[in-house]
Amino acid sequence: MLIPFSWLSEYVDITLPPDELAHRLTMGGIEVGDVITRGGWDGCVVGYVRATRPHPNADTLTLCQVDPGDGPPLEVVCGAPNVAAGQKICFARPGVTLLNMHTGRREELKPARIRGIVSEGMICSEAELEISDEHEGIIVLPDDAVVGTALDDVLGDTFLELELTPNRGDCLSMLGVAREIGAITSQQVRVPEISYAESATPVSELAKVSIADPDLCLRYTASVITGITIGPSPHWLQDRLTRAGLRPINNVVDVTNYVMLEFNQPLHAFDLDTVTDRHVVVRRATDGEKFTTLDEVERTLNSDNLLIADPAQAIGIGGVMGGANSEITPATKNMLLESATFHNLNNRRTSTELNLRTEASLRFEKGLRPELAPIALRRATRLILETAGGEAAAGIIDVFPAGDEPVTPVPLTVARLRQLLGMDLDIARAESVLGSLGITTRRTSPDSLEADPPYWRSDIAIEEDLIEEVVRIIGYDEVPTTMLSSPIPYHQGNAMTALKDQMRDALAAAGMQETISYPLVGPDDLEKLNRAGHQPKSLLRVANPMSAEQDVLRPTLAASILNTLAYNQGHNDGGFRLFELGRAFIPQDSGLPPNLSPSSLLPPSSLPPSPLPMEQELVAGVMSGPRYDANWLSGSDSLDFFDLTGTLTTSLDRIGITALYQSADGPLFHPGRCASIAVAGPQPVDVGAVGELHPDIREAFNLGADPVIYFELRLHDLLAATQGDGSTENRFQSLSRFPAANRDLALVVPENVPASQVQCLIERVRLVEQAELFDVYSGENVPEGARSLAFRIRFRASDRTLTNEDVNRALNGLTRVLEREAGATIRG
Amino acid sequence: MTNFRALTRRRAAAYNFVPTIVLQNAIVSQPSVESPSAASIATLTNQALKELDAVSNPDGAEQWRVSYLGRRGQITGVLRSIPQLEPEQRREVGAQANQAKNALEEALARRIRELSEAKLAAAGALDVTLPGRPVITGRLHPTTQIVREICAAFIAMGFSVVEGPEVELDHYNFEMLNIPSGHPARDMWNSLWVDYVNEEGQQPMLLRTHTSPMQARVMEAQDPPVRVIVPGKCYRYEATDATHEWHFYQVEGLAVAEGITFANLKGTLYEFARRVFGPDRQIRFRCDYFPFVEPGVDMSISNFVDPATGKRPINRDEDWIEIMGAGMVHPRVLEGVGYDPQRYTGFAFGMGPERIGMLKYGIDDIRHFYRNDVRFLRQF
Repeated sequence: MLIPFSWLSEYVDITLPPDELAHRLTMGGIEVGDVITRGGWDGCVVGYVRATRPHPNADTLTLCQVDPGDGPPLEVVCGAPNVAAGQKICFARPGVTLLNMHTGRREELKPARIRGIVSEGMICSEAELEISDEHEGIIVLPDDAVVGTALDDVLGDTFLELELTPNRGDCLSMLGVAREIGAITSQQVRVPEISYAESATPVSELAKVSIADPDLCLRYTASVITGITIGPSPHWLQDRLTRAGLRPINNVVDVTNYVMLEFNQPLHAFDLDTVTDRHVVVRRATDGEKFTTLDEVERTLNSDNLLIADPAQAIGIGGVMGGANSEITPATKNMLLESATFHNLNNRRTSTELNLRTEASLRFEKGLRPELAPIALRRATRLILETAGGEAAAGIIDVFPAGDEPVTPVPLTVARLRQLLGMDLDIARAESVLGSLGITTRRTSPDSLEADPPYWRSDIAIEEDLIEEVVRIIGYDEVPTTMLSSPIPYHQGNAMTALKDQMRDALAAAGMQETISYPLVGPDDLEKLNRAGHQPKSLLRVANPMSAEQDVLRPTLAASILNTLAYNQGHNDGGFRLFELGRAFIPQDSGLPPNLSPSSLLPPSSLPPSPLPMEQELVAGVMSGPRYDANWLSGSDSLDFFDLTGTLTTSLDRIGITALYQSADGPLFHPGRCASIAVAGPQPVDVGAVGELHPDIREAFNLGADPVIYFELRLHDLLAATQGDGSTENRFQSLSRFPAANRDLALVVPENVPASQVQCLIERVRLVEQAELFDVYSGENVPEGARSLAFRIRFRASDRTLTNEDVNRALNGLTRVLEREAGATIRG
Repeated sequence: MTNFRALTRRRAAAYNFVPTIVLQNAIVSQPSVESPSAASIATLTNQALKELDAVSNPDGAEQWRVSYLGRRGQITGVLRSIPQLEPEQRREVGAQANQAKNALEEALARRIRELSEAKLAAAGALDVTLPGRPVITGRLHPTTQIVREICAAFIAMGFSVVEGPEVELDHYNFEMLNIPSGHPARDMWNSLWVDYVNEEGQQPMLLRTHTSPMQARVMEAQDPPVRVIVPGKCYRYEATDATHEWHFYQVEGLAVAEGITFANLKGTLYEFARRVFGPDRQIRFRCDYFPFVEPGVDMSISNFVDPATGKRPINRDEDWIEIMGAGMVHPRVLEGVGYDPQRYTGFAFGMGPERIGMLKYGIDDIRHFYRNDVRFLRQF
């Protein structure tokens, strides 16, 4: 919304510098996005074109004799097609700094020889004055402009560009903004005159209005003016509309627009002679009803759309746009002027459905008060009589089905002010602030008042609204700044939130970089993962995606993190260790596991039955590329499966979890290079998978030649597993005072026996404190189908120093167990 | 062997004045033919030190020791000859000889240490400027770090962290926040709707446009007092540019109890800003509109000038940068969850961590955050 000071100052004096005013308005909730100054054309004056003749050497140029007001006429070359003798124009003499249309820079205007004739100045278009981009024609000033007057005084202006919040539709009007300024600068606004001379004919004899659907049309007021003459508006009216950004059309339409910008009430003028029976019927459209709006577009309506009609046909869409069949034309003699109040949400719905946001609907959708309609109606009728002549019928039509219901006053007490603001404000101060906003108040007790919501504000309904009015005008700075003193609620930390933080810290400490990506993926992404035809059972999609590549709520983090890896491989060298914590979305119809309902985030009682999907908390990660950047100490081997399992083991250990890996299969993984991850415990719980990405998927995501190792852990399962036996709770283990005895043991084990099984067997033996696998070998001296596993085994007792015999006995027992359970033999 | 030698030396010292030894010494030790004098001791000492300087290995040092300080060494000889001096010379020369002995012993010890250090140094000097062995560390995403910092500021003020669903019901995302269906205020939150139609023909699910729906969810689940912050992802149907992302984080806050005031809101948010931005930035509160608060507040912070460049990295033309919307919880929101709005009051606020990060670190484009270029991520 553009607010020109030249117009605004009709209602209120501008007593503050523009920037200061903008600041004060902004602080009070009317945000001024920009203060635009037009002018500063030093040396430009109103000139008068005395005579013109064609340029002797150019067909498109005109030689003009321009009277600058303070000296002899000057000869000026002008290229505009609309220049003519007798015009008042914007004249720039040499020496003035103006925008040079050819260079795009501001430059000093110099006398110039144009096709052999020296031009002693320039007649300006809007472009040179930087009013608009219009440079085809020159600006023609009104005839009453005084020659020689500085142009700044004629065309200069200051504009406020407002960025309004949806509750302050009232400031889509000059009076609304003027009232704000009045409150800030302690002035009453000047409300324009709305009375007019009425003819003897009662309006009821000339037209009739019925509201068939009073739920959608709260009030309909109308006046009838007969014998009007349609023509262009007077200059002042055109000028104001233009400055506010509207295009002048004719005197009647311009007045409706003018009053809309003045009072915020949209109005519509019908050619009364096109209205069948001179009877306006406000009704719902029938489903499928067709109607052609002013913009000559035929629109199909439904029964939620409100029509202005006559008994025969529709003549307008209520509060959105009129119809071509009833519009004001140059031939119009008699008119009906509508000023109505439509249901705001219905109006918004209609304009949204029709994709037809108009100046009218913009105002109606924010809610207008029915009290405003007749005021604006009278104002517009008055101005139409002034600009288009004619006679206004006596009285107005006013159909107001709920008109009998009194407007509820809004109370305000000192106690509530104190309770809400935390400061003492006496009622007199509140009264005076509300008064400055034009709000009528009455004392109901020494410490309370009631206020009538003013007809121009639709956002004042409850006590808190009044409190905001008071405090925003006083200024938020005046409210004290104090710390909370109410009791701190007891808080039992959220275990999932804690686990996520621990997981992030542990992975970052182990060398992984955290990433965060969009949870929407595209069908392409899922297709790339879908190597083995494992399409998720059902997917959740976005109804209005911003692009086809982002229309599915991801069922896994794999695509996200692989895309992140691919992006980085494209932009950076080196190895990558990336992880992301995020949610995957699984629709309810895919059968949620019981521990994975959305309510796992919340106390179960708080959720009504709902269609919300499961939001599965996952952590996923990848490693790929050289283990280290090029360096002189370490080799440049590629990161492999064991880099990632080592990282995971360390990270999980840091949060008190012992990870177990078991050979597994998965559609994402290279056959034979995938493990399930389980939390060790009496009953190991499966929590995820890790493995080398299947080469087909690696290629599908364009991931280079190095192996890509991927893991995904389900945090809900991880949480359940750890809370099951409290294994994450650290318990102190006393340190043995007695020395350990180490023995190295090389075993020949059948190839199909996993190393972890052998380790488990060893660690289960009494006196064994720890076993570390330090060598894996197959080849010479090891039989076919077997491999050698070498362990360093640490024996220790908590109550004594072990003797050689103790250790040997334990070793013998160990050997027997390994032979029996794993087919292992000691390597000779 | 070593032990034995040390023992004999100690004995020799203890029996310094045994005449037979003196006699032997007098015979072998040529310089002692002349009676020792201050001058001769000084000469001898200088000569010894000079020789010691030339010693280049432990064997040489041992030879030197034997030659000067050994049982038959020259200084030892001088000491032994002292009893034969005139009594008036004895004291002076004796003292000087002892001094010389101590000095040489010290010099020897020093020389031996020097030689062993030199040997260590020669054995394996490093080019200490070579790069160290690489250790891989990871970092947290900047958003995670900022969210944590924001949360920490509020946790210190008694708030606790809760999270909520990212796919939300219209009911919580809008209705319970005093934003009825069709309300023009909904334009403030262009939404991504989930492709799901319920039995009533409505599309009830969307990607939450803010973390504010947790206000209602938290209050439904517990009685006052409430003091929570809600970090999490939010989504809007919005074109992306340097300052807009369709996917972003928000940290929502809510405090409801008896006696909570607008003044508390100011105090809490002021304290937050001071913790996160430091005491030098200015804070401004002005009136703003959000349907779920009344009065509504916009909190802005004075724009940041990079001391290195003297320029503002973001929003160059603006003195104030909005960082947070806030306000007193609207009575209708309280009523909706069954709280008595006459008894309980509270405030709510919401902020964007990315924007705060941009201000804090001078990041000029929000799109860096979720492009996940490690060159960006590793800067934090």
